[in-house]
Amino acid sequence: MFIGYFTERPYQDRQSGYFGHAGRDITDLSMSNGSYDPGLGADLYNRYLDEKVYAEEMGFDGLMLNEHHSTPFCMGGVMNVEAAILARITRRAKIVLLGNILPIWDDPLWLAEMLAEIDMISRGRLVSGWVRGTGRESVAHNAQPPFNWDRFQEAHDFVVTAWTKPGPFRWEGEHFHYRYVNPWARPYQNPHPPIWIPGVMSRNTVAWSARNRYPYIMLATEIEPTRQSFLYYDQCAKEQGYEAGSQHHGYLFKVHVDETEALAEQAGRRYIEGPSNPFLEGNQGNVRNFVQNLPGLTSRTQLLPTVSTFAAVARGKDRINTDGTFGPADYNGTYEQQIEKMSIITGTPKTVLPKIRAVLETLRPGSIFFWDGDGAMDHNDAMRSLRLMGEEVIPACREMARELDLPGPFEIDPATNKKLDPGPVEAPVKTGG
Amino acid sequence: MTTATATHTEHTIQVAGLTLRYLTGGAGRPMLVLHHSTGNPGWIPFYERLAERATVYVPDMPGYGQSTRPEWAREPRDLAIVLLQALTRLELGHATLIGLGFGGFVAAEMATMSQERIDRLVLVGAPGLQPREGEILDQMMVDFHEYVMAGFRDEDAFRRAFGDDARRTFKELWDYSREMTARLTWKPYMFSRRLAPLLREVTTPTLVLHGAEDTIVPIDVARQYAEALPNARLEVAPNVGHLMEYEDPAGISERIAAFALVG
Repeated sequence: MFIGYFTERPYQDRQSGYFGHAGRDITDLSMSNGSYDPGLGADLYNRYLDEKVYAEEMGFDGLMLNEHHSTPFCMGGVMNVEAAILARITRRAKIVLLGNILPIWDDPLWLAEMLAEIDMISRGRLVSGWVRGTGRESVAHNAQPPFNWDRFQEAHDFVVTAWTKPGPFRWEGEHFHYRYVNPWARPYQNPHPPIWIPGVMSRNTVAWSARNRYPYIMLATEIEPTRQSFLYYDQCAKEQGYEAGSQHHGYLFKVHVDETEALAEQAGRRYIEGPSNPFLEGNQGNVRNFVQNLPGLTSRTQLLPTVSTFAAVARGKDRINTDGTFGPADYNGTYEQQIEKMSIITGTPKTVLPKIRAVLETLRPGSIFFWDGDGAMDHNDAMRSLRLMGEEVIPACREMARELDLPGPFEIDPATNKKLDPGPVEAPVKTGG
Repeated sequence: MTTATATHTEHTIQVAGLTLRYLTGGAGRPMLVLHHSTGNPGWIPFYERLAERATVYVPDMPGYGQSTRPEWAREPRDLAIVLLQALTRLELGHATLIGLGFGGFVAAEMATMSQERIDRLVLVGAPGLQPREGEILDQMMVDFHEYVMAGFRDEDAFRRAFGDDARRTFKELWDYSREMTARLTWKPYMFSRRLAPLLREVTTPTLVLHGAEDTIVPIDVARQYAEALPNARLEVAPNVGHLMEYEDPAGISERIAAFALVG
């Protein structure tokens, strides 16, 4: 099993008035960056990088990053910058980008070069995921939503070709055009970094991932519809003539462990007290309806079972507030409800492990990502949890994965279903000239 | 294909590999009406009023309503070309051209290409030019109810036009139409820098009609049309917004008839 660590890197401004139970709800795409404090930003970026380094020390296999735009719930507007820094300051863990937002790149050659550099600097530790992005990404970088899916596919084909085909060559596609493709940077991994695809609700993306034999990582979706979505992946795989396994299934979910149950609850409640992604389970906040419904962004007829419990979408149809938001802000459920349905898992290692086991037994993922240190959690909250994960949770999860036979994508190659050489424990990172 | 009702008939024709649906009714000189970016909801009272004095043709523009989508179309000019080809198919040598909102943008593009086929041009709250003051309200950045409400002078005017239960029907039409609009005019939004320089060559007599209460397209756009087109005049209709033909079908059709159907 592959075990990764994730936080969405919220912009936590305790002076903003948006914090805590008494604070104002954040409505998506409704805040001006006029109040942005770069000093605070500097502290937070460095804090999140430090926590990633510690996560590696605690034994995580992967450090996951994501990207959103124009929103305080995710500071990763240029995720590849963080990835490049991690490539240099970490030694062993994979740098898992879930993912670069392909449709918003007008120049995907630049992206191919960037990722090749990161792969080389990290000496082959990059996992390169691709996403289609939410509405806010299309809005922020002004990419036409009706062409989102087409641009996703063409940019993917182009980047993979630029990584693997000796140049120079010419590319005259539908959306991208180059007269000279010959990047003077090639990925360290051969033929190219592994590609994993995260998602929440598009059937098209699942079918496409299965066609390409890319692992599909479900992002904080409710458990039963997630299970059904994996079944859909498996069915698509069967149609392609291969058997999908745990190496093809990944799951991101909210797990926080702490020293006492009281501390765990205190920190767990902070998931929904700071800026958090209102689009996903385990969070609260107000979504602007138009962000979810940009014309042509997601096919209305190609939705996964997750959508039935996907409050942000389901409620958008009927429950529009007069100010254009839909709500209430706790449409994903109160804290207690989210604990009940395991959208948030928090406790001491002793109480958390049976819940993680239930997730592993139900979904049978080969890779998991613990989403922690988010919302209003501070550095101390994050570090206590990381230490306990290293000491107790990760070893226990590895034991469970062995018992349940859940190999990850670095144990069984998703492209061939053949066993992979586990490789050296410590990557041969050299410093200096 | 033809389907008849008491007041109008429905037809489809093939143009450039696309099926185009259009409604037609009335008798007299031909008049082509191009709908808003929100799509054409059917044979509305405004068309009926015009049809009392002219033969009115209302196509679903390519990619809207029941006309098939030209997958290749990337800007309003592409629709203008198909619509001119449709006129040829219909053997309409010339017609009066009326563009409502976004349909006016397309109509202006048609005029730059083939003014000899246009007897009179009427641009009703048309975008297409970058306003020097203010901005064209971006339908991609607001919710449905907010956008359609913005088209009316007030909520009562909306209710008079659509009744209490009409929101859902109109929302579906808007939701569908918007995808085509996003394919054609996402950026820049609702104007083209390649239109303005060509307008000065269009000598077609033109009425630029703008609602005094229009909060979607700034009146400066109407002023620019009136300045650029050599034979244009600007009329500001009082007490109506952007969707003026719903708010005041009798008054607006009267203004248009007075301009287009005399002489």
